Amino acid sequence: MKKSAFIAAAFSLIILLLALPNPAYAMHIMEGFLPPAWCLFWWLASAPFLIAGFLKIKKIIRDRPEAKMLLAFAGAFIFVLSALKLPSVTGSCSHPTGTGLGAILFGALPMSVMGSIALLFQALLLAHGGITTLGANTFSMAVCGPMVAAGIHCLTRRLRIKQWICVFLSACLADLCTYVVTSLQLAAAFPAEHGGMILSFFKFAGIFAVTQLPLAISEGLLTVVVFNVLSVYSADDLCTLSVFSRREA
Amino acid sequence: MNARRTGIQNIVFLFFAVALAIAPFIIKSGAEFTGADKLAEQAITQLRPDYKPWIKSLWKPPSSEIESLLFTLQAALGAGFIGYYLGSRRSRKKKSHNDRS
Repeated sequence: MKKSAFIAAAFSLIILLLALPNPAYAMHIMEGFLPPAWCLFWWLASAPFLIAGFLKIKKIIRDRPEAKMLLAFAGAFIFVLSALKLPSVTGSCSHPTGTGLGAILFGALPMSVMGSIALLFQALLLAHGGITTLGANTFSMAVCGPMVAAGIHCLTRRLRIKQWICVFLSACLADLCTYVVTSLQLAAAFPAEHGGMILSFFKFAGIFAVTQLPLAISEGLLTVVVFNVLSVYSADDLCTLSVFSRREA
Repeated sequence: MNARRTGIQNIVFLFFAVALAIAPFIIKSGAEFTGADKLAEQAITQLRPDYKPWIKSLWKPPSSEIESLLFTLQAALGAGFIGYYLGSRRSRKKKSHNDRS
């Protein structure tokens, strides 16, 4: 029964993707495309998370210096994945976020800093995203995404689901959430004249979140692969973070 | 979890990830695959025809070659560190294994 339900769900997903209108592009909010008041609002919204994240990183480095390398590893993973612009079945390209892995290992807060570093790099050197929109992009990719990843991971672990499924779901949903939040941010700033925010949201979600769906699955798969490699080669690092108990390693 | 099983899982998952990246070219052959944020910009102009971006990027890569250079640099920095980390952990694990036996 379960299997047939899964196959039905997979098929309806594929049909949904095929039925969607052609090109759509997805990435972060561009410089100048968010009114100044909203830029300020999102900067203020992400600031506390950045400060808390910074303090958390300091604490990790002080309390568990051996985890420093793994923290840098999580940052490097964000760098690699957010540089990978992958094609999507909607006929356009977007990139994964890579924040899920770090959030699973260290919790959501440190990732707000790591993610914003990658965003800053792209805003300054690549003209992707922007300085004024960095607050908004940080909030979606480096605050909400990791929060979802850490939350889902905590929840699924409690349900005693297999480790790889927990990791997959966390990374996949964190990726999707990032772009749902981006759509919300744009919808809030640009409500449609008739239909308001909700109509705008569906418009932007059609552009951002739908393209992201297959990429979110890819991100989930890649995160599981990297997590597996980590659990083989650096089990002791993971144990110090109590991601899994020694029994499982 | 034993290394052999995760190894097999990794190969299968990497295969799926690659398949997901190739599938669009078959399903949507002929699509443009432009990876810009243009459509969101277009949607904004549709919703608010009078909206003008109020600030421009401080610096833009002068050409798509330079842009790909910087993107590659970003990926290379990340991948370089990932390789270094995994290499160092692998040799550390091997060493502690040898010390024990």
